[in-house]
Amino acid sequence: MTILSNSTPVTPQKPWKVSKKQQLPNLFLIAAAVVASFVIVAATPMKGKLAYLLLFFVIGTTFQLALSWYKRGRAAAADTVAGAVMMAGAFIVFLPVASLLITTIVKGSKGFRPHIFNHTMAATSYSDPLTSGGLIHAIIGTLFLIVIATAISLPLSILTALYLTEIKGKASGFIQFLVQAMSGVPSVVAGIFIYAAILLTTNLRGSTFIGALPLAILMIPTVTRTAQEVLNLVPNELREAGLALGATQWKTVATIVVPAARNGLITAVILGVARIAGETAPLLFTLGTSDKINWNPFSGGQNALPYYIWSGLRDGTEGGINRAWTGILVLLILVLSLFVSARIFGSRKVK
Amino acid sequence: MSMSSLLILTLIGLFLSVRGFQAFQTQGLGFITKVDWTAGVDGGKDSFGLGAMIIGTLVISAIALVIGVPLSVLTALFLTFYAPERIKKALVTLVDLMASFPSILFGLWGFIVLMPMAEYWAKLIHKYVGWIPLFKMPSPAYTRSPFIAGVVLAIMIIPIVTSVSREIFGQTPLDRIQAAYALGATRWAMIKAVVLPFGASGVVGGAMLGLGRALGETVAVYSVLNIVFKVNFQVLYGFGGNIASMIVGKWGEASLSESKALLAAGFVLFVMTLLVNLLANFIVRRTVKTGK
Repeated sequence: MTILSNSTPVTPQKPWKVSKKQQLPNLFLIAAAVVASFVIVAATPMKGKLAYLLLFFVIGTTFQLALSWYKRGRAAAADTVAGAVMMAGAFIVFLPVASLLITTIVKGSKGFRPHIFNHTMAATSYSDPLTSGGLIHAIIGTLFLIVIATAISLPLSILTALYLTEIKGKASGFIQFLVQAMSGVPSVVAGIFIYAAILLTTNLRGSTFIGALPLAILMIPTVTRTAQEVLNLVPNELREAGLALGATQWKTVATIVVPAARNGLITAVILGVARIAGETAPLLFTLGTSDKINWNPFSGGQNALPYYIWSGLRDGTEGGINRAWTGILVLLILVLSLFVSARIFGSRKVK
Repeated sequence: MSMSSLLILTLIGLFLSVRGFQAFQTQGLGFITKVDWTAGVDGGKDSFGLGAMIIGTLVISAIALVIGVPLSVLTALFLTFYAPERIKKALVTLVDLMASFPSILFGLWGFIVLMPMAEYWAKLIHKYVGWIPLFKMPSPAYTRSPFIAGVVLAIMIIPIVTSVSREIFGQTPLDRIQAAYALGATRWAMIKAVVLPFGASGVVGGAMLGLGRALGETVAVYSVLNIVFKVNFQVLYGFGGNIASMIVGKWGEASLSESKALLAAGFVLFVMTLLVNLLANFIVRRTVKTGK
């Protein structure tokens, strides 16, 4: 101890680290590029934010290219340009996400007040001022849809995933192929399928239960594929230990594999719910419609958040659009909280 | 239980084709090749042709791919090889988040925010490269064009193409990467020599998964596209077609024979997306397995 405390503390050296002096030319170049793009915009007919960004990118990259060519040759110059182009690509991808989130929050908060959580649209039309009416009926409808769709798709998908990972029967290749094919079914097709199969064939009318059927179809592949990935992460030793203790395969799966993968399976379900919570197209064919709360999932039309947003958008009036934004904000909060909880459950280690 | 997916897929195909059979029967092959769509009133003759919608769907999806795939590949490369660890994590989360946005959000945002901007871009494109036949304008009607729908779809397919590409790039054998660096390659030279040849077919597969999504997108396209039953290759000009949105748009006031034709249209869309997705999955899985 004494020896250690007497010696001077050693700080790790990083000789390869770019020093402040080496960064100076870069900073200077960026500043020069900013100035140059301002000058060009001012001097030529080009104008607008787009022109600034584009010019800044082109000029900045050219300067960097010249610098690295001068310092390290042609290959390094190509590397610099490639890096700049990739960064620009990632930046462009990032822009719409930021815009989507900001617009939703700004425009949605206008009508986001406690009032909407205990009122329906029963006595309000979409074009009315935002102070009247609400979307509690749509929230309740969405929750109903989520619960029913999950209740239908959960057993099917988990059992399919178990078949694919645990039993690995003769048909697993084929079933894998089918699950993948199913994940590509467009939501509108799922909707008109249920319409053709049920509403056109029987004399039933659109209701919450029937609206949940296409959602279940869309949910199955998502949950199956995620569950499969999670089950594959369960160490084989656990299965072998179970079998070595004399348990049947069924018992091993039920008491060891599934509990071990529990968090992951919850993640799978959450991802599936996030996938369907915002689905609009299938609901247009199967849900019927309702302006007030409908507690009976088997009869009478229902509303849902995506349907509410859709109605606002179709209404086209300023009030309708504003209501749609509020609906989007509520839906986005729901989807984001699902997303975050999937992250939290997913990041927990398999026990 | 596990055969449920087979059952559902078969039922979808079966019900849509049986219910839409009448349309196939009365219209024959013309259902796919003809471009006009008029429901006969008062016993008049129906004429249902999906041609313009099929071409429109392909045009919009092609625009989405042309814009979306390069951006996704650049982003995936940036995330895998260039981004510092902290930025990488944030960006990956952001891309995943983008994948979970509901399509109606893209529709509303596309209608309110993107459309004015995209119109401005369309005018710029027309001004500078308007001599290319694809960008010609018979009259200055820039609103609700296939170009705008394509941009919205491009944004919607970016997350899936990016995450598939990133996964494939991430599987590039480390020894080959290190060999390239050891030979003195710069990062870009390494990517060109090792990563891109390795990941090319995976990117193609990812792009096709994106195409599958773009083909079947309904609500977002409906919000920003002016659907007209006429073939339009002038992508900046303000009308186009899309099967999925057309079904939604026509549904409300469709007669019985017309709604059967819409079911048949759904069947065509189902088959199209099924083929594209199966091909895509085949390509992606082959790449992941053989590592070529």
